[in-house]
Amino acid sequence: MTLTSSLNAGPAPVAPAAGRGRSAGALDRRIEAFALPLGALVAGLAVFALFLMMVGKSPAEFYGLVFKAGFGTAFSWENTLARASPLLLAALCVAIPARLGLVVIGGEGAIVLGGVAAGAFGMYLTGLGSSMGILGMAVSAICVGGVWIGLVGALRYRRGVNETISSLLLAYIAIALMNHFVEGPLRDPASLNKPSTAPLEDAYRIGAMPGLDVHGGLAVGILACVFSWILIERTAWGFSARIVGGNIRAAQIQGLPVGWLMTGFCALAGGFAGLAGMLEVAAVHGSANGSLAGGYGYTGILIAFLARHNMLAIIPVAVLLAGFEASSGLIQRRMDLPDATILVLQGIVFISILISETFTGRLGLSTLWRKTS
Amino acid sequence: MSMIFTPTRRTFIKSAAALAGATALGGLGAGAAAAAGLTVGFIYVGPKDDFGYNQAHAEGAAAVKAMDGVTVIEEENVPETVDCQKTMESMINFDGATLLFPTSFGYFDPHILEVAAKQPDVRFQHAGGMWNADKHPKNVGSYFGYIGMGQYLNGIAAAHATKTRKIGFVAAKPIPQVLLNINSFLLGARSVDPEITCQVIFTGEWSLAVKEAEATNALADQGVDVITCHVDGPKVVIETAAGRGAFVCGYHADQTSLAPEKYLTGAEWNWAKVYTDMVKTTLDGGTIDNFVRGGLADGFIKMSPLGPAVPEAGRKQFEAVKAEILKGGFAAIKGPLKDNGGKVIAEAGQSFVETDVALESMDYLVEGVIGSLS
Amino acid sequence: MSETDLGVWTVLIAMLGGAIRVSTPYIFVSLGECLTERSGRINLGLEGTLVFGAMSGYAIAYETGSAWAGVLAAALAGTLFGLFHGWVCKLPKVNDIAIGIALMLLGMGLAFFFGKPYIQPVAPDLPTIALGAWSSSPQVEAALRINVLFVVGIALAFFIAWMLRSTRIGLVIRVVGDSADAARAMGISVDRVRLLATAAGGALAGIGGAYLSLYYPGSWNEGVSSGQGLMAVALVIFARWSPVNCIWAALLFGAAGALGPALQSVGVSSGYYLSYAAPYVLTLILLIATSSTTRAVRGAPGELSITK
Repeated sequence: MTLTSSLNAGPAPVAPAAGRGRSAGALDRRIEAFALPLGALVAGLAVFALFLMMVGKSPAEFYGLVFKAGFGTAFSWENTLARASPLLLAALCVAIPARLGLVVIGGEGAIVLGGVAAGAFGMYLTGLGSSMGILGMAVSAICVGGVWIGLVGALRYRRGVNETISSLLLAYIAIALMNHFVEGPLRDPASLNKPSTAPLEDAYRIGAMPGLDVHGGLAVGILACVFSWILIERTAWGFSARIVGGNIRAAQIQGLPVGWLMTGFCALAGGFAGLAGMLEVAAVHGSANGSLAGGYGYTGILIAFLARHNMLAIIPVAVLLAGFEASSGLIQRRMDLPDATILVLQGIVFISILISETFTGRLGLSTLWRKTS
Repeated sequence: MSMIFTPTRRTFIKSAAALAGATALGGLGAGAAAAAGLTVGFIYVGPKDDFGYNQAHAEGAAAVKAMDGVTVIEEENVPETVDCQKTMESMINFDGATLLFPTSFGYFDPHILEVAAKQPDVRFQHAGGMWNADKHPKNVGSYFGYIGMGQYLNGIAAAHATKTRKIGFVAAKPIPQVLLNINSFLLGARSVDPEITCQVIFTGEWSLAVKEAEATNALADQGVDVITCHVDGPKVVIETAAGRGAFVCGYHADQTSLAPEKYLTGAEWNWAKVYTDMVKTTLDGGTIDNFVRGGLADGFIKMSPLGPAVPEAGRKQFEAVKAEILKGGFAAIKGPLKDNGGKVIAEAGQSFVETDVALESMDYLVEGVIGSLS
Repeated sequence: MSETDLGVWTVLIAMLGGAIRVSTPYIFVSLGECLTERSGRINLGLEGTLVFGAMSGYAIAYETGSAWAGVLAAALAGTLFGLFHGWVCKLPKVNDIAIGIALMLLGMGLAFFFGKPYIQPVAPDLPTIALGAWSSSPQVEAALRINVLFVVGIALAFFIAWMLRSTRIGLVIRVVGDSADAARAMGISVDRVRLLATAAGGALAGIGGAYLSLYYPGSWNEGVSSGQGLMAVALVIFARWSPVNCIWAALLFGAAGALGPALQSVGVSSGYYLSYAAPYVLTLILLIATSSTTRAVRGAPGELSITK
């Protein structure tokens, strides 16, 4: 089980430390959980600096611009946070199944179908008022996204279909369905050169949060991360899910409903992705159209892995990556570097963090700890 | 690629950025740098060297770059999501841009409208969008060209080259702009030989290389021997069609170099003229009209030079019709005309001239086009 | 022959032609993945390798004027990606699937980064063999205009099948893939075998990419791959890890992909998005039909993480 053991390299599914209080081992693991990815991040940034020097560019200028455009001004923060909003939910769609040992990479499919469901709801069920309208759009998006990824979990359990592949195939199929619907049955005849569903009425739109030019989706994303963390780390259901992720045969012997857990948690993950699609429709586009396939589902994979599938860690990681992306434009304009530069940076940082897993439990933190305390 | 900074420009950008950075916290940032000259931002949805849509706009940007007192900033591969809004704001806040050309159609609603409402001092110029005085802000303008006329001329050249009387069109999506091009291509060809038919294949995406190649092959398999297209980057269609021995007509930009023997002619944008005019108006302190349209006569579009495969009779007719169009008031869509389902589009005597706004909401394929819209 | 008969034949011939044209990258990538997986590892990063192969192949072909030099360069680049994957995955606790996803990102990033200057130029194409010269029908002739790499790919599939079945090297790969412990007991270096198998797999994926940019569709741009590298991983599963079956899987997938344009060319254009999704739907159905939880997947290497 190479996959599941390393996926759960973060917080362990078994909790031997709970009864014995905070032992040095548990503390080590906590420090390590921060120090290791942080060190890997710095190492990745350093390797990328070498890459920049090889192509004759200044790393100092590059990181200066990343800071300035990602985090340096009030506008930079708005830019970063606006980009982070859909990524939080997209990352949950990867991280939640990962805690059951499932690698789901097709969240993009649930995002686009969630968007279409929300667009269709807003088109046909008009005049419900703001709260009912937005709630209705959210529920329909969550249901469609949930069914889509829930299917992936069910197929895995019932038929043994590999979830990585099936979720990918379903993502391609979902994008085809979205295009079919927004350019066919659901198309607003007035959307001439940009086929879309009918524009949402104003009451159904989600605006900016007070005092910040970022739409309310950011708050929804953060709440979803906190909710998921509590669910996975602090409830019996989450505990069962982690046991499935740790050792599926042990979970079966314990009599856990493995099939239901897989299907249910996948459905929850897909529901979050669907919600991301609904937020894109209600807060950004104002209708469902082909722009929904913006690649957030794929960036979500990266974020979930970098956060080591810890639901709370997703928040800072998503903000960091969104900051990288926010700076992409300025880097194109000031340094004459192509837009793919950020992709290279992401790839290097990703690999660096994955390699760092090999040092888990091998840093000798215990001895260091005893010496310093 | 072509953004090589001269020392003076770099200094300017740095100081402008410093100013913009300092004022951004206060919510301003645009006005600060304006005194130092005009900064114009161009945003592309794909790579700016795609032999197509984006390249046509980038060639316009290159012409603006050569003007005095103007700084051009560019960004490519910007998707039609919140990314586009933030790119515009970033150009305004960090570079002091006061004139923006976000060139993809999908940028208009909601992205440009959203940012324009927040940035009343910045001018937004959009290709293809239908600006409406009642609905849209005054600092937004839309412009477009009657490129259907170019496809009509493509059709005339095609009619003189085809042996099988079957011509073909690889199209991205069945939207009005594309439908007008398909219909004009066929009607141009039918003005020479009324027996000609045009087979259309929709790929569903603006840029998808393998599907475009498959569509081109499927057309060639049907015996189609002249092919044109409306996708973002025509390179794949042109090369594949020429490889199958078919003649090709270009679109967006000049693709002669991709198939010199097989290239008949092409309908090209001439954004260099449009953009330099607009920038000049701004530099002179004037205001660009909110709703700008133009055709061959106005220099908005142009035709690629005729290729060696167009016979003498074809050249003559091509030039004659082109001269006719240059006079203005030309109508490709005129009665009696039916769509390919048999519904009457125009009665005898009725015609839609190139400037008719009704053409911008076209939702039919004319008789003789093989294909359907859904 | 009636009108409808003609339509059906046209679609079938177009699907045959499409299968041959479109399948080659799938054949190469799935053969590469098959080899890697038979040694007990999975490399999800072949999409990145494919895209980088497409870029480097095109660039070198353009710079040298030789399409074959491009293919060689793509294979070399693919080997390097494979070696890196193999080397990283031998470190303890490193997850091969995740590394694959990361390498996919890096491969695409590097390809787009260095590929900008090559979007415009025209590089030489790979040569073709006119197998359909006997036919008077231009459609049949075009469908059977076959690229050399297609032939090489098929020959390679049979060669790899023979190698795995009847040679010592093949036996070593199979033992390593089925049980690392057994292999170690026999004194085989498990890590080295997997390293080499992943490198070879990368080389094949690189060649698959070169086919895309140098033959079909025959130009380099950022949209040249439509997920061929990822889909090949799925094809290996329903090819049951048999190299010869990989050919059939790739041909079937290619033919399904040609269905959409072919249907439109005979006038059936309603719901084209759905007919374009046919290859993915077909793959999913086949995957569901052939998978099972009650018995071990036949032909699956015992060490493979995705089938455990």
